[in-house]
Amino acid sequence: MIRSDILRDIAPVIRDHLVVCNIGLPSQELHLIDDQPTNFYMLGTMGLSSSIGLGVALAQDKKVISIDGDGSVLTNFGTLPTIANNVAHNFILLIIDNGSYGSTGDQPTYAGKKTSLTAVALACGCEQVVECKAEDTKKALEDALASNKMTIIVSKCESGNIKVPVITMDPVVIRDRFMKQVKS
Amino acid sequence: MSVNEKIVSDLVANKVEFVTTVPCKQLAGVIEKIDECKNIYHIPSNKEDEGMGLCAGAFMGGKRPAIIMQNTAIGVTINTLVTLTQYYRMPLPMLISYRGELGEPVACQVEMAVHTKALLAQLNIPTYHFHHEDDVNEFDAILKHTFMCNKPVAILTDASFWKGY
Ligand SMILES: [Mg+2]
Repeated sequence: MIRSDILRDIAPVIRDHLVVCNIGLPSQELHLIDDQPTNFYMLGTMGLSSSIGLGVALAQDKKVISIDGDGSVLTNFGTLPTIANNVAHNFILLIIDNGSYGSTGDQPTYAGKKTSLTAVALACGCEQVVECKAEDTKKALEDALASNKMTIIVSKCESGNIKVPVITMDPVVIRDRFMKQVKS
Repeated sequence: MSVNEKIVSDLVANKVEFVTTVPCKQLAGVIEKIDECKNIYHIPSNKEDEGMGLCAGAFMGGKRPAIIMQNTAIGVTINTLVTLTQYYRMPLPMLISYRGELGEPVACQVEMAVHTKALLAQLNIPTYHFHHEDDVNEFDAILKHTFMCNKPVAILTDASFWKGY
C-alpha cells in the first residue's frame, strides 16, 4: 500500500474530525479523495503539521488528527519532545512513514534506513506510540480515537505517488472554513 | 509595576492565552512571569518556526497566541512567516529581544542585529522598537493593532529597554 491507499482507507474515519494535513502530495491526495471543511491543508511550510495540530488540540476540545510524513517529522524533529511534554488527549499524530520524501521525487529518508521514528517518539517521552503496517492504519486510528489518549501512530507503507492536481483553494478560505468547523 | 509585569498584564487584558517561547537572556524575566501566569498556557518550543506552527494552530482553535523569541529567529522563520502566518492571514504578536544593539557584549549578535530591521521591512511586517522603559506603554495598543489587522507584528526590545544585558 502507498500513502494514497491509506488515505482512501482512513477517509471515513477521519472525516468527522479536525484534520491538519501535511504539505504537498498528502494534502493534494486527501483533497482529491475526500475534501472536507474540517481539513486544514498546508500549502507551504514543510514540517509543521504536527505543531499546528497540537496547537489546535491544546486550544479547544474537539479531536484533532495531524497527518504527517516521515520526511516532515525529520524536518521538525523538535516537535516530538514538545508533544510529549504538552499532553493533549484529543490529539493524534499519524505519521505515514514511506521512508521517502514523496512530494519531491521519492528521495530516501533516514526513517527508511537506520532511524526508527517509533523509537524516537518513545525516547522523547510520548506515552502511547503505535507502529503498524499500512493495512492496519484504519484500525489503529479507530483504537486511538476510542482510547481518548494522545497517540502517535507510525504507519509503515511503500513509497509511491498518484497523479493529483494542486490545490487552488485560497489559503484564507481553507482557514476560514476550518475555523467555522472548530466553532460549530 | 515592572516592565515584565506590565507585558504579562497587557497580554492577559488582550485575551492572549497561548504563548510560546524560545529563551534569550534578556527575556528570562518576562518568560518567568509568563510561566507563572495562570491565564496563559506557556508552551516552550524547541525552534521558533515550530513555535509559529503551534501559534497558528492555537489561533485556529480559538485562542489568541503570541511568540517570545530572539531576533536571530528572524533568520530561522522567514519561510514560516511568509507561507503560514501571512499567507493564511493570521495574527501573531512577536515580542523579540533585539540583541546586538548598544550594550551588547557578544560581537556575533551584532551580525544579525544589522539585518533585523531590513528583513522585517522586506517582509512588510509592522515593526515597533522599544528602547526606553516607557515605550512599554505602547504594548497594549500594539496587541490590539495585531489582532485587528491579522498580521504578524514585531516588537523589538533592546538592551537599553531591558536596562542592560
Ligand atoms: Mg515520506
